[in-house]
Amino acid sequence: MSYTFTVSPDFNPDLISGWFFFNTWLQKNLNEPIHLELYNDFKSQRQAIENDEIDLIYANPFDASSLVREKGFIPIACPDNASDEAIIALNIDSEISNVDELQPGLRISKTDDPDVNMVCSLMLEPANLDTQNTTSSTRATYVLVAKDLITNNADVGFFLADTYLKLSEITRQKLKTLVCSDIHDIHHLLLAGPKISHKRDEILENLLTMAEHEKGLGVLKSLGFTKWKAVEQEDTEFMIDLMETLES
Amino acid sequence: MKDMNAADITGEYREAVLTFHSGSSRKVFYTEIESPMPDGRLIVSRTDLNGNITHANAPFVDMSGYTRGELIGAPHCILRHPDMPAAGFQDLWNTLKQKKKWHGYVKNLRKDGGFYWVYATVIPNIRNGEVSGYTSVRRRPSKTKVKEAEALYRTLE
Ligand SMILES: Cc1cc2nc3c(=O)[nH]c(=O)nc-3n(C[C@H](O)[C@H](O)[C@H](O)COP(=O)(O)O)c2cc1C
Repeated sequence: MSYTFTVSPDFNPDLISGWFFFNTWLQKNLNEPIHLELYNDFKSQRQAIENDEIDLIYANPFDASSLVREKGFIPIACPDNASDEAIIALNIDSEISNVDELQPGLRISKTDDPDVNMVCSLMLEPANLDTQNTTSSTRATYVLVAKDLITNNADVGFFLADTYLKLSEITRQKLKTLVCSDIHDIHHLLLAGPKISHKRDEILENLLTMAEHEKGLGVLKSLGFTKWKAVEQEDTEFMIDLMETLES
Repeated sequence: MKDMNAADITGEYREAVLTFHSGSSRKVFYTEIESPMPDGRLIVSRTDLNGNITHANAPFVDMSGYTRGELIGAPHCILRHPDMPAAGFQDLWNTLKQKKKWHGYVKNLRKDGGFYWVYATVIPNIRNGEVSGYTSVRRRPSKTKVKEAEALYRTLE
């Protein structure tokens, strides 16, 4: 039997090769064929999940909720010290320096990254801004969101913090951070679907000892991780509760 | 619950005695010094069925002025401010008992006697159909909403 592995489409494009190395490493260690399928957007990935085509997924916290509660996925591990934070950014020349200064009619540029959009919307609340008094356009990538800010096609942009910080130097110089979230308790994680869940402990064991082998360590480095840490069912339930709390 | 300690208070303070739902009471000291929630901060906490704190994220520890050790195991009313009407919390518990989500504006008391306003959401954590505890997320409210809440709470005291 062959398994399909996928990664939440909000991953940093620089890490594509890292995920391919990871997939190869995992196949070798489990001695099972695993195919890495990357999707360009959340919509096509969700469709694949809906069709039960996915067995292993490095999921964002928002999608993890439905994967666990509706699709019977179980948590395996997450990168140590990882937390998903979101950033609202502006054009470097913007006169705004505080969320309270933002006004109704605000033009937002964002991707279809669900957890980032949710957290960024929360961060606009102190200025009494919501979908009723703002407009937004959805772009395929964070690079295009940055472009909207640079060309003044939008007043603010919603970003995954990790990705924002890794935008090219030239792009970053034309932008500034208005606010960065400080949540700590939500993060991406690796989940196993029903077809491969019997291998969960074996996968976990491999991940936990990954840093001890030269090959494994190299793969970790290519993903920008130091090591993996186990995630139990209750840890995930907690994160899902948190996501539910945030969805108003 | 232990009374507040005057030695922990920063600035000029007033004194009040809070009586809790359980009938127990606590002497608190409070000042007019506000520590506004920084933008982007989300305070996360979890409690057991009785409202005793079981999880506190770093922003919670920081904003409350207590250490994590002091918070874990303490009842959540350790943050209760004398300006908060009991009716607000009654509504919170009634809502949670119906397994529903609660929202509200809350003025919280810090260990140093200062205060911070939050917009709080609390949900029951349901495991196998049973409530196993509660999760709360708090964020910075808008100034206009705080003004409205202040006015409302004065009429409820
Ligand atoms: C998850 C959760 C979070 C709570 N957060 C607060 C809070 O931030 N501040 C507060 O005064 N009470 C909070 N409460 C309510 C307290 O448990 C308590 O009801 C309140 O302080 C009033 O005290 P009393 O109900 O004992 O009279 C929270 C309760 C729960 C279940």
